[in-house]
Amino acid sequence: MSLDRHHGGWVIVLSFVFSFMLAILPMPAWASAWRPDWVAMILIYWCLALPLRVGVATAWFVGIIHDVLNDTLLGQHALGFVLIAYLAVKFHQQLRLFPVWQQAIGVFGMVALNQLLGIWIQSIFGYSEMRDSFIFPAFSSLLLWPWFFLILGDIQRKYKVV
Amino acid sequence: MKKAVFHRPKQALSLRLIVFILASIFLIIADHRLDYLRIVRTHLLGLVYPIQYLVNLPIKTGQWLSVTASNRFLLIEEIDKLRAEKQLLQVTLQKFDALKNENERLRRLLGSPLKVGERVQMAEVLAVELEHSRRKITINKGKNDGVIVNQAVIDGHGVMGQVIHVGLFSSTVMLITDPEHELPVQVVRTGLRTIAKGIGAVNRLSLLGISNTGLNTGIKVGDLIVTSGAGEKFPKDYPVGTVIDVTPDIGQPFASVQALPRAVLERNSEVLLVW
Repeated sequence: MSLDRHHGGWVIVLSFVFSFMLAILPMPAWASAWRPDWVAMILIYWCLALPLRVGVATAWFVGIIHDVLNDTLLGQHALGFVLIAYLAVKFHQQLRLFPVWQQAIGVFGMVALNQLLGIWIQSIFGYSEMRDSFIFPAFSSLLLWPWFFLILGDIQRKYKVV
Repeated sequence: MKKAVFHRPKQALSLRLIVFILASIFLIIADHRLDYLRIVRTHLLGLVYPIQYLVNLPIKTGQWLSVTASNRFLLIEEIDKLRAEKQLLQVTLQKFDALKNENERLRRLLGSPLKVGERVQMAEVLAVELEHSRRKITINKGKNDGVIVNQAVIDGHGVMGQVIHVGLFSSTVMLITDPEHELPVQVVRTGLRTIAKGIGAVNRLSLLGISNTGLNTGIKVGDLIVTSGAGEKFPKDYPVGTVIDVTPDIGQPFASVQALPRAVLERNSEVLLVW
């Protein structure tokens, strides 16, 4: 992993910072339940685009930061993100070839898995009850993915992140 | 070199997956059971403060702009109003001082010391959102300002909650309405002791362990409840809420009693920290 092959690491870092900001932006309660899982979406994008640079380890650190910002148990989001990154990196060749709406279904599955895992961990430790609304962020992430994918693709090309 | 990276064996990915999954599970259990991670969280919260600050910034700027742009006459009017209010409060305070002295004298006679002169500091609520199923807020004071875990947070009307995580520059406060929060309280009128538990709703507290028998003598709608000082996390006698519903439940050993918190929990921009 020599440094000269990699460019635009700051774009990756900034995109994560931006997604953290979107994740804690105050919103009315109904909108908050539908908030797309921005951080997971950014993670999936970079795992698909640069599977050698962004993977399980990045996902873990990003998850820990997300846990601190959301005041959840340390490791809760980290666990979900590690699984997401694993799936995205493992199947990045197939997912890249899919049309964008099929990719979106994959994103739906990964975000739903992350949400489900979060609720599951929380109820094991007695912090919250099972709710149906856990699936809402997966739906909104699914709907936003095609645009998200296009915009991030443009950004990646513009700043030559490889 | 490039080829070697591309043909990284498949096991490496699975191995890393397992390592990081184990690390996550270890962290979750450690965070749940032990206090070791408190320091780690303090520093991580310090690290992410710029993100919280950036999210908060446009909202604070908006507030500042609206104050700057507001009418001069409106401001003068408001100053007048505040001046009148201050006068009124000062008059009340004079009486309070006399009462405090008398109370201290009586306590001395009885030989039971009372802790007076609590230290108070103001903190600002940051406009950032935490996990939405819980009732928690972030404030802009942290370890560097002397904030400690379990510290009581109040506003001008009553108890708001307690500090649960301290960062270097910010802290997380669990509100009394959070489903995890339990607060030892007392009914002012009768001295009945109970626990006020949050139920996750924005503006409700549930009072636990009040038996169906003798409801009439112990508690009724409109009663003021205050902190009882049991558990020693909260100073004694701060107002908590007003009883709004008392329903005997013959199917259960205890009655269902609900209270409305006094503090303005979800709309505050400034809160007070008490030591």
